Amino acid sequence: MRAARADSADDAAFKRELVTLIPHLRAFARTLCGDPAAADDLAQDAMLKAWDARASFQMGTNMKAWTFMILRNQFYSEKRRSWRQSQLDQEAAERTLVAADDPEAPVALDELRLALASLPAEQREALVLVGAGGFAYEEAADICGCAVGTVKSRVSRARRALQAALETGRYDRDGAPAGDAMGAILADAERLSGAR
Amino acid sequence: MIDQNETVSRPMGADEDGSLDEARLRQQAIGVKLRQMFDQVVGEPVPDEFLDILRRADERTAGGRN
Repeated sequence: MRAARADSADDAAFKRELVTLIPHLRAFARTLCGDPAAADDLAQDAMLKAWDARASFQMGTNMKAWTFMILRNQFYSEKRRSWRQSQLDQEAAERTLVAADDPEAPVALDELRLALASLPAEQREALVLVGAGGFAYEEAADICGCAVGTVKSRVSRARRALQAALETGRYDRDGAPAGDAMGAILADAERLSGAR
Repeated sequence: MIDQNETVSRPMGADEDGSLDEARLRQQAIGVKLRQMFDQVVGEPVPDEFLDILRRADERTAGGRN
């Protein structure tokens, strides 16, 4: 047990940093669960777990990576408790990634969500951490509890699979053809980079 | 781009470079969208519930210390 006065200053600093990470925890949880409500439950659980474990966190080290690891562990330990969860996740992801979507969002983003949901979980999380979460391969490896080389190969397989899915419309959207999702994404990226 | 792919007599190296550039462009575009998708959720307002939960947990701690 630490002294009460040190505790309260440390706790305040910890809490401030934890609060800034909530949006990122929500985004990561959304990519794991798909369903926004389930994702927020997961993010809240992870936030509380991080708070309860704050004594074991070393201030000054990477709190984002630490909380992401807690969230991921929480996700997989919940998953193990329910054998049907994997199936449900996939169904929920396919349903809600569309339903919860901003109707104004460009179609290309919608297609990317569906293609991402079709990837194996280990590839999806590796790609999200490195490609969107801003983590280095080494940090992603720590978060996922695997070797750096494993993360690298998962990211590269995920990238190829994503591109193939977007080009062929393999992920199938309500029975309708996926259309030229890759073309829309290329056009969009061009527009975005042109706007800068 | 399509014409290039159909030209079989083109030297091997040029074709490979062309398709490599094209593949890189596509991966970059996917990367941009992926970040956009993630950042969209990061940019969403955080539901009050999160801060309430954290505040209650903090109060519990403070209460236990007094």
